[in-house]
This record gives sequence, C-alpha cells and structure tokens, in this order.
Amino acid sequence: MDGFMRPASLPRPFLTPGVGVLMLLALNGLVFLAGRFLFGIGAVTNLTNQYPWGIWIGIDVAAGVALAAGGFTTAALGHVMHREQYHAVVRPALLTAMLGYTFVALGVCIDIGRSYYIWHPLVYWNGTSALFEVGICVVIYIHVLYIEFLPVVTERFLGRVSLPGPLARLDPLVERLLRFLDRGLARTMSVFIIAGVVLSTLHQSSLGTLMVIAGPKMHPLWQTPILPLLFLLSAVSVGFPMVILESLLAARSFGLKPEMHVLSGLGRMTAPLLGITLAFKMGDMFIRETFVHLGACDTAGIMFMTEVLVGIVIPLRMFLSRDVLKSPPLLFTASALVVAGVAINRVNNFIIAYTPPYALKSYHPSFGEVSVTVGLISLLVLLYRASVIVFPVISLPDRTLARAKYTVKG
Amino acid sequence: MARLSRRQFLTGTAMFGAELAGLAPAARAATRREPSPDRTGVLVDTSVCIGCRSCEFACKKAHGLETPPLESYEDRSVFAERRRPDHTALTVVNRYDNLRDPELPVAVKAQCMHCAYPACVSACIVGAFTKRPDGAVVWDTGKCIGCRYCMIACPFQVPAFEYHKALQPRIMKCDFCSARRGEGKIPACVEICPVEALTFGPREDLLRIARDRVKRFPDRYVSHVFGEAEVGGTDWLYISGVDFSALQFPQLGRSPAPGVSESIQHGIFAYFVPPVSLYALLGAVMWISKNSPESGEEA
Ligand code: SF4
Ligand code: SF4
Ligand code: SF4
Repeated sequence: MDGFMRPASLPRPFLTPGVGVLMLLALNGLVFLAGRFLFGIGAVTNLTNQYPWGIWIGIDVAAGVALAAGGFTTAALGHVMHREQYHAVVRPALLTAMLGYTFVALGVCIDIGRSYYIWHPLVYWNGTSALFEVGICVVIYIHVLYIEFLPVVTERFLGRVSLPGPLARLDPLVERLLRFLDRGLARTMSVFIIAGVVLSTLHQSSLGTLMVIAGPKMHPLWQTPILPLLFLLSAVSVGFPMVILESLLAARSFGLKPEMHVLSGLGRMTAPLLGITLAFKMGDMFIRETFVHLGACDTAGIMFMTEVLVGIVIPLRMFLSRDVLKSPPLLFTASALVVAGVAINRVNNFIIAYTPPYALKSYHPSFGEVSVTVGLISLLVLLYRASVIVFPVISLPDRTLARAKYTVKG
Repeated sequence: MARLSRRQFLTGTAMFGAELAGLAPAARAATRREPSPDRTGVLVDTSVCIGCRSCEFACKKAHGLETPPLESYEDRSVFAERRRPDHTALTVVNRYDNLRDPELPVAVKAQCMHCAYPACVSACIVGAFTKRPDGAVVWDTGKCIGCRYCMIACPFQVPAFEYHKALQPRIMKCDFCSARRGEGKIPACVEICPVEALTFGPREDLLRIARDRVKRFPDRYVSHVFGEAEVGGTDWLYISGVDFSALQFPQLGRSPAPGVSESIQHGIFAYFVPPVSLYALLGAVMWISKNSPESGEEA
C-alpha cells in the first residue's frame, strides 16, 4: 500500500538518556495507577460529585482523540485522494493514531469506575447518548487502525520468520499465515481506509456533542449547538501539524534529514483548514454574542483568547508565510502552536468551561492525576520509539529504489 | 491496495455499507420518550418545612444507609455549611436566610427532581437509568460502567459517585423509594414529615394544588412553581416564600435538557444515511482519483 518512498526499520539502539527519563515518568504513573485500582478513583484524584471529570478525560481521552486525528487526515489525503507524494507520512501518522487510540481506550478504562465493565456499551445500547456513539465508533476505529497497520507487520516479517528454538518448526506455518493475511489485506484495504475516515468524522464530532447536554453548566463561550462541527474542524486542522511535529521530532531524535518538501506541503494545506476553523469559531461567537464574556478577563476569557490566538490565529499567519514553510524550526513552532491550541481547547471544553451548580470547591488536578497522565504519555512515546525501530514505518530517503518502483507503477 | 481491481473494491464497499444499514433499527428505536401522564410526584412546600431533617433520617433508614439515631438530627449546627446529596445521604436539608423575614430562615430539602425528560436517562452510555411510568428515575447497577457522564448531564447536579470504592462503585441518588412503593407504601420522607411539608400524589394534582396555593396566598408565596416548566418539567415541585435563586435553585430554561444533544445525535445518525453517504462519497473520490491519469505524476 506504500507509494514511491521506502519505509524501513531504523537500526538504532532503543536506550538513550531521554528514554531513561521517560521510563522513570512512566513508572511513577504506574505507581499512582496501582493506587487507583487498589483504593478507588477518589484515592488518587481530586474529583468530586460536582466535578466528575478531570484531566483523565480532558487530556488523556478528549485531547488524545483530537491529536490522533493525523491518522485519518493523512489516510484521506494519501489513500482516498491518492496524493502519492504524501505516502511517506501516512505510516508514521497511522502508527501515532493506532498507539494514540490504544491509549485513549486505556485512559477510559482507568477513568471509569468499573473498568471491568468496559464491554458493556457493546451489549447495552443507548442510542440517545453521545458518549455511546463516541464509544462505539472508537472501538470499531481502533480495530480498523490495527487492520490498517497489519501490512506493516507482514512486510516486516514476510520471508524473515524465524522463531526461536523448537518453535522453528512452526516457521513455514506462520509464514503461510502472513502471506494469506498480506494477500487478503491488499484486496480489502480500501474498505478499511474509507471506514476509518468515516468513523473518525463521526466520533470526532460526537466528542463535541458530549458537553452539549451539560447545557447551562457550561460556560457560554464554549457551549454552542455547533460544538460537534467545531470539534470536527479543529480535529481536521490539527491532523497535519501533528504529523509535521512528529516527523521533525523523529528526524531530530534519529538523526535523519527531515522530508521538508512533504512537510511544507502539509503546512500549506493546514492554513486554509485553520482559516475555516477560525471562521466558524468567530461566526459562532458573534452570532451568539458571547464576546461580551471576554471583557470579564477571568480564567474563562483568558483561556478562550489563548486557544484562539495561540492555537489558530498565530499559526495561521505563520503557515501562510513561505519562509515558515521552508524552515524546519519555524514550521515546528507553528505546528506545535496548533497542537497546543487544540489540546487547550479540549481542556477548556471539558474542564474550564464546566461550571456546575453547588460546587463546594473548585477542581485542580491532583499530583496523582498528573502523574498518571504524564506516565501514559511517556509510555506512548516509548512505544512509538520501539515501533519505528522494529517496524518499517519511517520512510528513508532511498531515492534509487523509489524511482524504480515509481516507473513500474506508471 | 494499489493493485485492487475495480470490482473487488466496489463489492467490499457495498458490503460494509449494508452492514452499517443493518444497525439502523437501533437508531430508529431511540425516539423521544414521552413521560406517562399518570406519573406521581412530590410537592415540597418550603414555607411549611421546619428544617427538622427527619426526612434525611427516614431516607437513610429506607435505603439501608448508616445513620445516627433520630434525636441527633436536632443538631442545628449542620446548617452552618451547605450540603449536597451524596453516597451517604440521598437527600439533605439546607437552611437559607430569608430576606423578607430574617426571623424565619427557609429550609430546603434537596434530592433528585425526577425530571420528565431526564438528562441522566438520555446521557447514560449504557442506558442504566430509566424513567418509570410512576415517575421514578431509577438506576440499574447491573449495567453501569461508572463513567459519570450522568453527573455531567444532570442539570441539578444530583447523581453522586462512590469515589472511595475500587470495586462496584455505585451511582447514588434518590430513587423515589421504588422498593417501598413496590410494597404499596409512600416515600419514606413524605411519611415521616411531621408538618406535611411534603405532599405525594399524581403530578397533575400536585401542580393544581401548588398553583392554587400560590394564587390564594400571594403574600406567602412567590408566584413560581419550580419544576412546572423547568427543563420540560420535573415531577418533584417546589413552592416558596422567597425567590428560588436565593435558595440556590439553578436558573433553567423550559426546554428539556436532552433536547439539543438528541437532535444533533439523530441528525448525524438519521437512519445511518449521513455516514453511509459519506462512505459512498469517499469511495467515489478514491475510485476517481485512483483512475485519474495524473495520480502517478505528482511529486
Ligand atoms: S434531577 Fe438529575 S438525576 Fe434526577 S432525574 Fe433529573 S437529570 Fe436525572
Ligand atoms: S456512571 Fe453509570 S449510570 Fe452514570 S452515565 Fe455512566 S454508566 Fe450510566
Ligand atoms: S421532614 Fe418535613 S419538615 Fe422536616 S426537614 Fe424534611 S421536609 Fe422539612
């Protein structure tokens, strides 16, 4: 399913000082996680009956889903619209999405009080619940992502299966299985790719519907019937910046040359997407006349301004400039701003905007909550690193090979 | 995938579409549930309530919750701070200053309002909440996954969660004494109330009584029956001598809390037409762009 660039495993050592730090952070998170499962959610978090959702939902789940949107936007670009030159970024984005959604599911398991009932929504349906819709779509989408990633696995092991010791006798069998998978997948992959895009569109927007039912409990700056549309637009616009950010980080960390022509192409496409998001956000603000709340200069107003200025306006201006598109550090900055902006937006929607009646005290995440969130993110990065070392994910600039393949195709 | 033939591609796409369409009946079933016209409710007259908190005691007894003896409820010091129903008490009484008559503070009993169009029922991911024909909104421990979305949704911030439990934490809220009523008894709080501040009966009748009292004694009551219209109506109704905003009642509109989100939800999922059309559209784009002569020439 790949284009003319050649993805390859990266022959690099897994352990570096940075990796050590991440491992410590992950370990710290696991300690608090054990506390949560042994003594209940209340033992680790600052959640109350007035503030039932904290950063585990706001960051791990809501921001996580949004930032994994690169998977479906690049799939749409590379596979649905067949823009071959972007195939180099499809796999890294797919890997991020796959790991990202896995951790979202993990985050949900951690946050819900009865983790062992995580399968209940598959059996007990409630069609009126936005959360049910998000849940079902995410479950199906995770499977789609794993299926989309399978060819990468078969590619890595086809013809290279060698199980250790006595298991070696099974080699031919495994080989045959892989071959069967490979052939079946090649035939049906487009079905899954389109399904992945449809499912993403659905749950990215339904994630916005989630808070609509909170009605007046949500600050008017954010509470709007077009929340689902805003969520979808911002998810679409954060997809490419996230891919750019990752590619530049990976290039840096593995000592590769960044594929600037691909990345600036993505950057160029981000500008109009940000523009559309901004237009709807501002239109909504003026139609509902919520700008009056900005004058108050309270936390809500400041956070709203931050997400709009830092996350949309400034990077929009940057992506419109040729110099930014050509310079890795500037492109990195612009992308990081969009990513931060969307993350802030999700936290705003799920935590800052939520102002319940009868709040006895306000919510601040506890040390345990932060530890678990940081730990999960560290674990995610570690898995990403391990994956690109083992599997052919990142495209190496193997131009001769690329050209050869390209000619065959044309 | 690049080697996919046109036919294989089309069959695959069509099959997936058909599969989605097969799910459609579930979406169709999810139409607005109208509450039963015969449902019951309780009228709380805060101008009668003396704040004795016997109802708190009776409620705990009826639900098997730990409670000190009734005498200890005479302790007025609890009114020093505002309390909310939680997993230890499904109903609590708070005391508020009365600006019209400082000598006569207002005591207000709080519990689930048993909404006509409950947000908790609409929101729960597994449908663990049900609105019963008798008016009670009840919760099913067998389904609940502990996601706490009901707490996000409830406009009165009523459902409470057992945060201290690692196993089977429950969502706790007033269940309108479903068990007692199954035995033909009236709700425990109504039964114990020494001054008849609580009236139990068909909601229609209660509404008539409430309107009548408010109209006949304009000096005694503000002309507002809380719960008559709020969020589409609640089965527990309140009347009061002071403005409800001074008693920490939330200001709510007349439309049912789940209205907007359910119409969005049904819009996105109208018989699965939008998702399936999107699927078809993307399929078409994919097919066209794959077969366009330029597709290989970019880069
Ligand atoms: S008050 Fe809250 S918990 Fe009670 S029925 Fe209404 S929405 Fe549900
Ligand atoms: S916590 Fe339980 S009752 Fe509440 S929405 Fe979640 S599953 Fe439903
Ligand atoms: S028992 Fe009756 S009078 Fe006493 S606090 Fe409860 S509602 Fe008020």
